[in-house]
Amino acid sequence: MQAFLDIFDIYLLEAVVNGILLGGVLALLALGLNLIFGVIDVTWICYAELVMIGMYGMYYLVQVFGVPYWAAAPLTILLVAALGAALHYIVIAPLLTAPPINQLLATGGVLFILQSFATVAFGIDFRNLGIRLPVLAFGEMHFSYARLLSFAAALIGMVAVYLFMTRTFTGTAIRAISQDRQIMSLMGVDTRRIYLITSALGGALAGLAACLLVLQYDVHPFVGLSFGPITFLICVLGGLGNFVGGFIAAFVFAEIISLGGLFSDLEWGYVLAFAFFIVMMFIRPAGLLARRT
Amino acid sequence: MNPRYLAWAAGIAALIALPFVYRDPYHLHILVLILIWSFAYTSWSIMGRFGLVSLGHGGFMGVGAYVTALLWNHLGVSPWIGIPVSMLAAGVLALVVAYPCFRFRITGHYFVLVTLALSGIVLQVITATRDYTGGSLGYTPNRTRGSALLALQFDDKATWYLIALFVWLTGLLIWRWVDRSMSRYAMEAISEDEDAAAAAGVNVTAEKLKITLISALMTALAGALYCQYQMFISPDTVSGISVSLQMVFAVIVGGVYVSLGPTVGAIITILLAEILRIGFGTKAVGWDNLVYGVLLVLFIIFLPKGILGSVIARLKTQRKMPQRS
Repeated sequence: MQAFLDIFDIYLLEAVVNGILLGGVLALLALGLNLIFGVIDVTWICYAELVMIGMYGMYYLVQVFGVPYWAAAPLTILLVAALGAALHYIVIAPLLTAPPINQLLATGGVLFILQSFATVAFGIDFRNLGIRLPVLAFGEMHFSYARLLSFAAALIGMVAVYLFMTRTFTGTAIRAISQDRQIMSLMGVDTRRIYLITSALGGALAGLAACLLVLQYDVHPFVGLSFGPITFLICVLGGLGNFVGGFIAAFVFAEIISLGGLFSDLEWGYVLAFAFFIVMMFIRPAGLLARRT
Repeated sequence: MNPRYLAWAAGIAALIALPFVYRDPYHLHILVLILIWSFAYTSWSIMGRFGLVSLGHGGFMGVGAYVTALLWNHLGVSPWIGIPVSMLAAGVLALVVAYPCFRFRITGHYFVLVTLALSGIVLQVITATRDYTGGSLGYTPNRTRGSALLALQFDDKATWYLIALFVWLTGLLIWRWVDRSMSRYAMEAISEDEDAAAAAGVNVTAEKLKITLISALMTALAGALYCQYQMFISPDTVSGISVSLQMVFAVIVGGVYVSLGPTVGAIITILLAEILRIGFGTKAVGWDNLVYGVLLVLFIIFLPKGILGSVIARLKTQRKMPQRS
């Protein structure tokens, strides 16, 4: 019995730490989506598919063109940022005055386009970078460097966004627009330019997430479906547009998935997370950090 | 008699007579598919026309298809009982997810994202229980050795055509019933302004739940029928986000606010997929969705009322013009 408990605790602790590491990347994804929603008031359903395209970008740069990882990552971030800006320019901008649901459904169309584009262009095979990072043994626990690296990079990415938003003029303008859309255009801020910058920034975050996820997961055209829904749940639980709420919710969900996956399959972790989400909606419907009115 | 009713009666009579005159199996197969999917799209539009945009209908459809097939294969329960049970299951799922949403005012983006996650989760559950459901490889209901009627398995396309036609007509009748009920006015008021509707005495939560429940039950029936007809289901064809988006796409292309809009959408999407499949064969994998996606974006930007909706709106304005002058 005692031996059983020892093993149990070690695995439990390992799962808890892995959950925290997973939470970093999920928080990054949630931040990008929250940024877009907070500023432009649009939800990109195809956000996870942008990540998928970024993962393919990394795969082709590293495996096919032989670019080293550290050089391929910035290129991929730029690529997905450009994609985000293009998405805004082509699809969202003509719909800014349409009902919000129409904008959301249009990005649903983009989800179809990106998925089938990947199917047509890259095929449905699972691909990976072929980089196997070593595993860190800490006591009797094992953590892959890929996860540690992702966690660190995700944190750095989030701090960079925070500094950009608080220390630069453009960042201040972005925050101001998310507070009051009408007034800011009267104050001489070019809303269209800010929207485009925000979209590119959201895309860049998706690109960064792609660089990190490709270290841990194989890429295929439908990979977005495996973390897209969970990202949306995180954003709703944290309160759409609420950065801090999304950050906390990401870690809560990551722990549930990680611990749920410990006792059974990973898919059941997702199911558990969804059940938790439904319960939370009864308790805190407006998001984790919402003030009661 | 109203010429409108005459046209409907003639059209329905022609559709019923069709399989007795024309028996080409491939064309009948396409027609059955169009009718079943039209019914599914109609059930989505019952919610969608009031601004309750759900991306969870892939989930309801998956529950309908899988519960029916699982009950038949594992417990030997006839689909005649299995289909109502599966509809009940989808209804319960709809209530469990929708009640907190409506009670706590989760609308718009939030509602879409929650329902989107729902269809994603149903897909995950089907994949996770692969010991029973066959996972992503798909699932086939066992062929019956006894009565075909009891097992609801017919090899004859004409029989299926008539069943699908009956269900599709029922769907249109439900659409019409909702269209003429007090619920429609209540729901339209709610979609304009929830607070004002509540102040005017509309029970917002109850009305929304009613519409959602009707829609989910119908969608589950569509899933079960699809399973019985095709005798093969896989998580990707009856559940998940892509099926939900496909529903949205078809309804928006056809027209959300007219009763035959979803049917027009189904005809367009299924013909498009078949033409691509015949024209390009296996090379067409992915291309149909690519075309869907591009069309969906273009329609939302340029023709949000859909094809049929726009045509009808244009006809109405033309009819009104001479009166004004």
